[in-house]
Amino acid sequence: MPDGPGPQQPESPPPEPRDPASQRPEPQRPGPQRPGSQPPGAQPPDPRRPVAPTAGGAAADLAMDEGAALELPYGGTPGGPVGRPRSLWSDAWRELRRNPVFLVSALLILFLVVISLWPQLIVSTDPLACDLGKSQQGSEPGHPFGYDTQGCDVYARTVYGARASVTVGICATLGVALLGGIAGGLAGFFGGWADAVLSRTADVFFGIPVVLGGLVFLSVVTGTTVWPVVGFIVLLGWPQIARIARGAVLTAKEADYVQAARALGAGNTRLLLRHVAPNAVAPVIVVATIALGTYIALEATLSFLGVGLRPPTVSWGIDISNAAPQIRNAPHMLLWPAGALSLTVLAFIMLGDAVRDALDPRLR
Amino acid sequence: MHQPVDAEPPPEPEPPPRPGRPEPLLEVRGLQKLYPLTRGVVLRRRTGAVRAVDTVSFGLGRGETLGVVGESGCGKSTVAKLLVHLERPTAGTVRYRGEDITRLSGRALKAVRRNIQMVFQDPYTSLNPRMTVGDIIGEPFEIHPGAAPRGDRRRRVRELLDVVGLNPEYINRYPHQFSGGQRQRIGIARALALNPEVIVADEPVSALDVSVQAQVINLMERLRDEFGLAYVFIAHDLSVVRHISDRVAVMYLGRFVETGTDEEIYEHPTHPYTQALLSAVPVPDPGARERRERILLAGDVPSPADPPSGCRFRTRCWKAEAVCAEKVPELAVPVAFRGRDRPVAHPSACHFAETLPLDRPAPRHVRQAPATGPSGPGGPGPDGG
Repeated sequence: MPDGPGPQQPESPPPEPRDPASQRPEPQRPGPQRPGSQPPGAQPPDPRRPVAPTAGGAAADLAMDEGAALELPYGGTPGGPVGRPRSLWSDAWRELRRNPVFLVSALLILFLVVISLWPQLIVSTDPLACDLGKSQQGSEPGHPFGYDTQGCDVYARTVYGARASVTVGICATLGVALLGGIAGGLAGFFGGWADAVLSRTADVFFGIPVVLGGLVFLSVVTGTTVWPVVGFIVLLGWPQIARIARGAVLTAKEADYVQAARALGAGNTRLLLRHVAPNAVAPVIVVATIALGTYIALEATLSFLGVGLRPPTVSWGIDISNAAPQIRNAPHMLLWPAGALSLTVLAFIMLGDAVRDALDPRLR
Repeated sequence: MHQPVDAEPPPEPEPPPRPGRPEPLLEVRGLQKLYPLTRGVVLRRRTGAVRAVDTVSFGLGRGETLGVVGESGCGKSTVAKLLVHLERPTAGTVRYRGEDITRLSGRALKAVRRNIQMVFQDPYTSLNPRMTVGDIIGEPFEIHPGAAPRGDRRRRVRELLDVVGLNPEYINRYPHQFSGGQRQRIGIARALALNPEVIVADEPVSALDVSVQAQVINLMERLRDEFGLAYVFIAHDLSVVRHISDRVAVMYLGRFVETGTDEEIYEHPTHPYTQALLSAVPVPDPGARERRERILLAGDVPSPADPPSGCRFRTRCWKAEAVCAEKVPELAVPVAFRGRDRPVAHPSACHFAETLPLDRPAPRHVRQAPATGPSGPGGPGPDGG
């Protein structure tokens, strides 16, 4: 706690004009009395008496004295700027702006998002315009990453491939986090019958093997868009987040501050939004960002297996799949899309880490 | 007037009303909380119940402080939760100004909550770590918009910080930037925000170190005098309770075993459990320590899921006889003391209540010779639970 109160003034109440303890007329209660101040022989204490006057006693008496002595006027420890009320999110944002990990990963993700939306900004070649005569050739001016087996420009395909990966990753994560977070959170908060049904349903979905499920579900879909893949990932991914969210909410709702808010008369909406959700969201964010990376990788896996995205859609997974058998002849075909995939996954994981740290004031 | 703390008023004449004793603000009758024990997942079978609080009754006047002491797990915290309606009692009533609040819900309950607030035990978990102090203390005003106009809330929060002895400049800090004692002051400020009449304090100082305990206790006394608050002050530290309380109730296994003023309880205990509890309190004077006898109880507290029949304390009591297993002793002035004056004649739930020195001394196994050190194990003393 860099700007916590100084150790010299752990407590700084205003000076007391009157000491309530001494005001109450209590003849039975001796005043402040130190253990050594009374010789044992001077006033023989009753041995049968079960308790010392303010038993607990010397320590407490002494402490009452010291406590009063400590009650000094305010020291000069200002509590920071007083003007604008601060909130968790504004503080988190201030924190994030100073975090280099966040800045690097955010810039990288921003770049990825921009090139997913407008790939023609940095590429002039059409990724689908291929020349078989240049199959597996290395880099040449205007085509820095070389050509793949079909003679397509690897640079163009890598840039255009970002769109599929980023779309699948972000959409699937949003869907999973919303569906799983809300379902798990509500189940954990309200409990009971709905919780039991939800948990068992989640168990059923949890039991479906991802790759096998993908082969079965996606092989019957004939579209070439990313949405069947997103839908499939959401369908199989939500139980993971739901479990995390449910556990986090179960922990958070038992906390004393939730009880305190309830005792103040707060309704369920306020309890959920102000007290439970902010304290339960961190694990969900962490798991979701890690999952975002794995969803991008899962999309690549499914595309590699031929059931995810299909040509002519451009995707890193498809390119990696095509390049894998040729790794010894033309490693550049594999390394560029695989490197882009790894970098993207890493960027999202770092972002998640930074956001988690910023959302936890205890780590500041 | 003083309320005898039992379900059925004793047949003996009422003790003379004390001057200045106000009408009860809070009146608790036969409060009971059972937590069902179930077995099985699909077909839930009820196999029993933990009797956390069993027929507790008391009254609390305006500006009065009732201290509740007892071992860990005797139901003190459950009483607190029942009073502030965080738990619904299985049976019994809690009347606030004559209105039974245990069956209230919705708007009516919210209105009552303004007047009965709680201070929690652990200042490290009772403040939301993601809210600033200003938000924490200001939240009561958001929940009860009638309590303060919107533009005035920030100022009120600063006032409250000042009242509890914190620098109003701290308004934008987070709880983790404060020490334990300061956090407890924040918790007190939050409880004070709505100008309640009753504050239920569940071991408000047991998580603090001793010098800070004293500051917080002094603060609570000052606030009581300033705002005319009534406290239900729960603790396991006998000296702290004595310091702040007008009346004291000793609790054992979900029941009040003895109630009275601090003088009645601390100087003239008549229930064997109270006597054992008080004898375990450390004595600052080595001379006195040598001479006094400690009553060491044998055995452990029985499980509240299967409490002993009759008197709950009989399994550890050296006076227990057959009648103790059959008849539940009422919390009333014991027959032996009927007709006697106040300090001795106060409600005590024992068939064989007697004052110290004991007419029938405790047998060897529950007594400890003075030679054995000041803190032998097995005593019922205030523990850290």
